[in-house]
Amino acid sequence: MKTHQAVIIGGGPAGLAAALRLKEKGISDILILEREHFLGGILRQCIHDGFGLTRFGESLSGPEYAQRFIDRINDEGIQYLTDCTVLDISPEKIVTAASKVHGFLQIQAEAVLLTMGCRERTRGALATPGTWPAGIYTAGVAQNYINLQNIMVGRKVVILGSGDIGLIMARRLTLEGAHVLGVYEVQPYPSGLPRNIEQCLNDYHIPLHLSHTVVDVRGRGRLSSVVVAECDERFRPIPGTETEIPCDTLILSVGLIPENELSLAASVPLDPRTRGAFVDEHCQTQVSGIFAAGNVLHVHDLVDFVSLEAEALADSAAEYLTAGSLPVCPLEVVAGANVGHVIPQRISGTRTFTLSLRVRRPLNNVTLVIRQGTREIIRRKMRKALPAEMIQIKIPAEKLQSDASLEVAVE
Amino acid sequence: MQYDVCIIGGGVIGSAIARELTRYKLHIAVLEKESDVCIHTSGRNTGMMHAGFLYKPGSLKAACAVEGNAEFDNVARELDVPFKRTGKLIIGFTEEDRERLKYFIERGRINDVPGMELIDRARMDEIDPSAGGNFAIYCPTSGILDPFTYTIALAENAVKNGAVYHLNTCVTGYEKLPDGQHRLHTDRKGDFDCRWVINSAGLQSAEISTMLGIPGYVIQPVKGEYFVLDKKAGAFAKIPVYPAPTPRNTFDTHATPTVDGNVLVGPNSFNVSDGEDYSVSQSGMDGLQESGARMFKHMQREYYIRTFAGARPKRIDPATGEIQDFLIECRDDVPNVINLVGIESPGLTSALPIARRVTAMLAAHEPLTPNPEFDPVRKGIRRIHDMSPDEQAKAIAENPDYGEIICRCETVSRAEILAAIHNPLGVCTVNGIKVRTRASMGRCQGGYCETRITAMIREELGKSIQDVELGPKHSGMFTDTVKGGQAK
Repeated sequence: MKTHQAVIIGGGPAGLAAALRLKEKGISDILILEREHFLGGILRQCIHDGFGLTRFGESLSGPEYAQRFIDRINDEGIQYLTDCTVLDISPEKIVTAASKVHGFLQIQAEAVLLTMGCRERTRGALATPGTWPAGIYTAGVAQNYINLQNIMVGRKVVILGSGDIGLIMARRLTLEGAHVLGVYEVQPYPSGLPRNIEQCLNDYHIPLHLSHTVVDVRGRGRLSSVVVAECDERFRPIPGTETEIPCDTLILSVGLIPENELSLAASVPLDPRTRGAFVDEHCQTQVSGIFAAGNVLHVHDLVDFVSLEAEALADSAAEYLTAGSLPVCPLEVVAGANVGHVIPQRISGTRTFTLSLRVRRPLNNVTLVIRQGTREIIRRKMRKALPAEMIQIKIPAEKLQSDASLEVAVE
Repeated sequence: MQYDVCIIGGGVIGSAIARELTRYKLHIAVLEKESDVCIHTSGRNTGMMHAGFLYKPGSLKAACAVEGNAEFDNVARELDVPFKRTGKLIIGFTEEDRERLKYFIERGRINDVPGMELIDRARMDEIDPSAGGNFAIYCPTSGILDPFTYTIALAENAVKNGAVYHLNTCVTGYEKLPDGQHRLHTDRKGDFDCRWVINSAGLQSAEISTMLGIPGYVIQPVKGEYFVLDKKAGAFAKIPVYPAPTPRNTFDTHATPTVDGNVLVGPNSFNVSDGEDYSVSQSGMDGLQESGARMFKHMQREYYIRTFAGARPKRIDPATGEIQDFLIECRDDVPNVINLVGIESPGLTSALPIARRVTAMLAAHEPLTPNPEFDPVRKGIRRIHDMSPDEQAKAIAENPDYGEIICRCETVSRAEILAAIHNPLGVCTVNGIKVRTRASMGRCQGGYCETRITAMIREELGKSIQDVELGPKHSGMFTDTVKGGQAK
């Protein structure tokens, strides 16, 4: 069986950034496995700009952002296989893959880096009532057809959900001459970033209807209409508020789910809140030597942060490969008041780490408070906190003790 | 077009009849109004191989179900159809339940259903500890099969043995010719002349019966809605577990594992006027969520991947509304017509026994010459998902297309998609590929593979983007290209 020190599952933004950092840290026996024909992952179809503002200080398109990493991967001579789908990862870190070009592969890895990204929530998962005609697409699928295949999926479009890809597609479809009739969001606030609401909806006079959802889908061959209704605070449609909207296309942008089927195969336990792995401050899962970062760990709103998180992963993975182990992380990080989830879920209490969290609902004039036992170690005022925007904060080692769990609250 | 036999309706019944008739030297056409053979009732059901204890002794339903069940291991092998003889538990809680269960054991005994027994909780724990209830009927002969593959397999085997399928061909009118032949008018392919007409039109069987000169039958479509749950939930469902039947001999919501490892929760059951309205209602889903959770404790939102509905064409007594037995008839006053009306559940189990009865009726009127070329064996598409790692390595080495995984969730390779695109029936829709390979049936519902599959359909079949259809009539996937662009 072939062996590699580090096998990276997925050549998207997380996998590419992790590979480059590993190389910097002196690990050169790296193999990236990518199921598509090109590296770059989902960035390939994200032809809009706004990528790289944090990292490169300039606004790049998705393919441009990816290419900066791909060029360096090639310059560094980091090994990768495209057209190669991983079928299985065992807890012993044997990676099984299939490829039209490279055949059937089994590789023993010393460390496995899970960087598979995420998938879109579907209509079936929402259990939206009605028929199942043609013309219903998730935003990412529509984006693939339009941006990679030059195919228009429809002309009169309703968008359900205000996730960022849905907002981006509202603009994209409008630019291609489709009529986007409106975006309907079940929550009383948008789930996409404020800048996308502004640049993708407001600039094009596309109405956003908060506290609304689709309650019926009609049409047998092609979609003929959807029925939308206002929802109460428990997201139940309010009878009498239904409106039928004739349309030929329904685009869904109703959430992303970390793609962890391979993690489960490797017996990696998942956090039901993030739907990604439980990780410690080293991005290490509960299976020793298996690491996770990026959207496979928790869904990010900006690719720049995916790259950063993957680099932090690579720092730890390099240490693991060099030293043979990593410091134990016995302390739990607990999501307290108003906090949906936290990453990492465990820490050592002896090292500086980056804490990521999301609030459960939009909040104004609040304070982020981090306590260890009864001690308050961080207190930071925030004018506003949105579920759409991930909050990241560096927790310096000197503020930590190694005796008690950490509680993260927004009060 | 001239044929010996025209079969109206290419569902599981029409396809089983076509397949059985190809054992003889007959020129056979199947006229199917849809783009594939399992669009309606045949593809919209629980996929249950019934044992036969539910049906009235002496009925065709009882006889055909028991006969069909007994032979199905062989049939599944011959036609390469996924099938598991799981057995079934029908559970009870109360003394009243116990009496009803005893009644069905007795009915099963009269109908010749083998091996049924009333078991206690201890035995239930051995069979499936997650099943609820204090006692149960254990029926060892019940099973689960893939209804899509079974229908397709019968149709493909019929085609292999000489039958001709005319898809997207709806019978619109009928004429009796002076020479005694039948003439069927169709919407798309002109007239079909034939010596025999067989009505296996399912939901439209009463309508077609009237058209052929046999009026008076009434079909009541009974709709049922379902949830499809993720294979992660399927890990908890080993055997179909049903509640004790209601006093009307129907079952409340139940959870049934599918042969592929998912779970179906449903169906509910209500009369509808339009049998082909497969919309799923909020109230129906609310009901299934509630009753489904009682039967199956893993009925959780995170496992939902799909909903669907189907309709069973029940023949009812127009006067009383009472549900009738299967009707299979060949009347002296309407010669050379074999009329099947009200073939509903257990139609999947009964398809071949029904087909043999149809063949016998035909043979009673004219001598049939055996077809020496007839081959009962059909091979399905070999799935990389079902192979061991060694077999996968070998398959990819022999055919590299097995190494390109198109559908990630269900592990379907390019080789399988290609085989499905070039299927023997000439079906070319996205749903046609789906039911032949399972691509896009998983938890991402085509999020990864659909864009690839439509591209392959265009490339392999030379279709323009406007000609790529999801499945039903007028179900075009795309409208046009982006401004000034050419589809890639």
